[in-house]
Amino acid sequence: MLLGFNLLNLAIWIPIAFGVAVLVTGSDRNARLARVIALIGAVLGFAVTLPLYTGYDRLATGFQFTYFAPWIESFNVNYHLGIDGISLLLILLNSFTTVLVVIAGWEVIKERVSQYLASFLFLSGVMNGVFSALDALLFYVFFEATLIPMFIIIGVWGGPNRVYAAFKFFLYTLAGSLLTLVALIYLYNVSDGSFSLLDYYRLPLPLAPQIMIFIAFMLAFAVKVPMWPVHTWLPDAHVEAPTGGSVVLAAIMLKLGAYGFIRISLPIVPDASHTLAGFVIALSLIAVVYIGLVALVQADMKKLIAYSSVSHMGFVTLGIFIFNAHGLEGAIIQMISHGFISGALFLCVGVLYDRIHSRQIADYGGVVNTMPVFAALFMLFAMANSGLPGTSGFVGEFLVIMGAVKANFWYAAAAATTLVFGAAYTLWMYKRVIFGAVANPRVGALADLNAREFLVLGLLALAVLTMGVWPNPFAEVLHTPVNELLNHVAQSKLR
Amino acid sequence: MPYITPLLPAYPEVFLLVMVCVILVVDLFLSDDHRIVTYALTQLALAGALVLTYVTASAEPVTTFSGMFVDDLMSDVLKLLTYIGVATMLVYSRAYIAARGLYRGEFFVLVLFATLGMMVMISASHLLTLYLGLELLSLSLYSMVALQRDSPVATEAAMKYFVLGALASGMLLYGMSMLYGATGTLGIAQLADTIFYGGARDVVLVFALVFIVAGLGFKIGAVPFHMWVPDVYHGAPTAVTLFIGSAPKLAAFAFIMRLLVQGLGAEQLVGEWQQMLIVMAVLSLAIGNVTAIAQTNLKRMLAYSTIGHMGYLLLGILSGNLTGYGAGMFYVVVYVLMNLGTFGMILLLSRSGFEAENLEDFKGLNQRSPWYAFLMLLLMFSMAGVPPTVGFYAKLTVLQAVINAGYVWLAVVAVLFSLVGAFYYLRLVRLMYFDAPADTAPIAPRGDFRILISLNGLAVLLFGILPEPLLALCLYSIQVSL
Repeated sequence: MLLGFNLLNLAIWIPIAFGVAVLVTGSDRNARLARVIALIGAVLGFAVTLPLYTGYDRLATGFQFTYFAPWIESFNVNYHLGIDGISLLLILLNSFTTVLVVIAGWEVIKERVSQYLASFLFLSGVMNGVFSALDALLFYVFFEATLIPMFIIIGVWGGPNRVYAAFKFFLYTLAGSLLTLVALIYLYNVSDGSFSLLDYYRLPLPLAPQIMIFIAFMLAFAVKVPMWPVHTWLPDAHVEAPTGGSVVLAAIMLKLGAYGFIRISLPIVPDASHTLAGFVIALSLIAVVYIGLVALVQADMKKLIAYSSVSHMGFVTLGIFIFNAHGLEGAIIQMISHGFISGALFLCVGVLYDRIHSRQIADYGGVVNTMPVFAALFMLFAMANSGLPGTSGFVGEFLVIMGAVKANFWYAAAAATTLVFGAAYTLWMYKRVIFGAVANPRVGALADLNAREFLVLGLLALAVLTMGVWPNPFAEVLHTPVNELLNHVAQSKLR
Repeated sequence: MPYITPLLPAYPEVFLLVMVCVILVVDLFLSDDHRIVTYALTQLALAGALVLTYVTASAEPVTTFSGMFVDDLMSDVLKLLTYIGVATMLVYSRAYIAARGLYRGEFFVLVLFATLGMMVMISASHLLTLYLGLELLSLSLYSMVALQRDSPVATEAAMKYFVLGALASGMLLYGMSMLYGATGTLGIAQLADTIFYGGARDVVLVFALVFIVAGLGFKIGAVPFHMWVPDVYHGAPTAVTLFIGSAPKLAAFAFIMRLLVQGLGAEQLVGEWQQMLIVMAVLSLAIGNVTAIAQTNLKRMLAYSTIGHMGYLLLGILSGNLTGYGAGMFYVVVYVLMNLGTFGMILLLSRSGFEAENLEDFKGLNQRSPWYAFLMLLLMFSMAGVPPTVGFYAKLTVLQAVINAGYVWLAVVAVLFSLVGAFYYLRLVRLMYFDAPADTAPIAPRGDFRILISLNGLAVLLFGILPEPLLALCLYSIQVSL
């Protein structure tokens, strides 16, 4: 076998191979075939990631399931894969979300079905690549390759202002990541010709270049997360993207940025990370508080959830840059939980949008009277988004706040306001959309969830609740890599 | 030693010249209905030259004609790619030129003469052979631009091209004459030796260098010597634009290698031309990419994008080390590959009486033909340098060389302008994918066209996933040739 039998290879290439198959076989006349093939691909892609979880050694340090093959020998670039607990969870989340997205778009997408499904399958494979790459150039290639399918997804199946949103998304992210490329090439030169992340981890660097490299990396990752003030592409992209696109954007793509901080910035330039941590924390807190307030006044449901994503991702960056085990572990749990919750909320809005074709809060009211099952599930996700104990949203936020108290009480105090604002904007939106008298005849004519929608939302509800009441399966794979990372970051590279 | 051996390195050139003469004569006796014979003979001539070049290729440089002509690995690789480029261009152009009354013997003979010129340029190791090759190429190109003689745009373009090209040739010649004055030799190897051992006056050398760099700048269309590029690209029949934009860039690269690197690569001179190239590269990147945004005509847009790409090529060369030259070669090869595909797509959408040369003409291509839209998407993302297409690695290798040479700021400038560049390539993707089609004519190219353009587009992706073979070939051939 060309790539050798490695589960990570399968996790990357199965979705891509099925994406090609969907493109080749599918046409709009035969959309059903395309959907079935895509579903098989997505389920298979998820299935091969499960043995990664069961076979993962929770106590071992370093990377597991590694695969190594020379790729571009002239520049000593290798196709080097491997995961630790952090990437493991993200790969699981990604493959799981892909299945949901394929099901969620089942009847909704009627135009160019095969291209739509293939884009998501490509995206899924490529993002698994980002999460498992141990070579800096491989990481970069996968990181950038996510742009093309997402650009197409937003631009072809998006809303009325989709062209603007697609361009903004693409150019913003490209602008951020181009300087990262320069930084990587710089590292290649100072490390005597290596693109291996493991070599970079050991590479001593003076503080000045560390800071330059940190800033170059940060531009890429901050745009992707997105951090205040480079978050402005996200509301546009989310609002215009089709439901599936919003789900993948919020659930996975935003995590690429945070993952970049964890996998690239922190271990390669630890001293610069410490030096500039205050700056990043300040930006994170602004995101948490200010963007939380911005979310409060949104009239468009998708925009509200988009801003809520920015605010919640502020928690993630905060947790990463306070450099303690609670913070970092909380940040990663928050990433996963936010993946479930924001994905679920976007799907909920998608359910309403498919029926009434409006995302404006003002067009709804009294939905509970016609869609009780939907209202119950939506309630769960809204509560989870506000961080209610017993849901996954609580675990991550609680850990991060606990970590923040250790670092500085005022960080924690500012971050904790999100529990108020988050509840305010989510529940207020929920109240206006779901409760009250039936607002107009269109709401009165709504039909409740069909089996497909129920399946998707039900699976997510299960995930949110499981993670809320029993987070240990998620947390146990994180302890070793988190401690390893913190020990590494604590050692100065200024030699 | 057998009598014929000294000619061995030049066999491909000799063969091609013979074939051109044969075609010229044979074509006289053919009626319009049998023009396919000329076409087939032309392809045969290229295939024959390809086989000969491949068979005589060796890693060891061999010179002949008293050291005026060299056959090294770099020249072999570049020549092989030239044949492939020209043959591809002929396949793409066939329907187009037939619809415009250019499907005549002259077209093919001029193409082959231009090819011969490129081959001579690529293999020249003497200022006279260099110039001979350059003029053979340029004169053929001037007349090809003017081939559509009833078109005022084409005539204007040809005139501009000729006047500015002649000016550039004059500058080159002037610079070369000064080099001769300073060193007393025209051979490139001897030139390098004389300069190395300090046998030349520096002031004269630097003056010569200025003229030579200006002449080279004209020929590759780098800012501030780029004025002719948009007009010629726009005015020439698309098939000819495709030709000008593809294989001759390979020859131009070889030209720069021979003249600047092999001839004037002595340490005290590298610093001089590096400065000039930095200015030209930065200006080309800036003006090429920024001006391209304002274009509505696709051919003009690609002309400005070419200027930007030439800026990247110069970046590779100015880093002044073997990796940099290898990166430059890789860049130019990739550029030719992408350019062939892109202009091939324009030819694909053009038909009798209709030039698909405006951006608008690509509207809704995804609905007309998803496959061709996908190929164009790959080409555009490759031009923009987005992974996983080969254009990314071309930019990567060049940036690596530049940073290795210590010019981190140049790399930063380059990536910023490639961000600007990404905008206008994306605009074409947007038209193809996001907009509804305005033109619904069916796209039904001939079988050979269809296969070749598909291969061309997929090559951009394939070399993007596995860039090593091509990259290693370029780096290795530069390494053993310089």
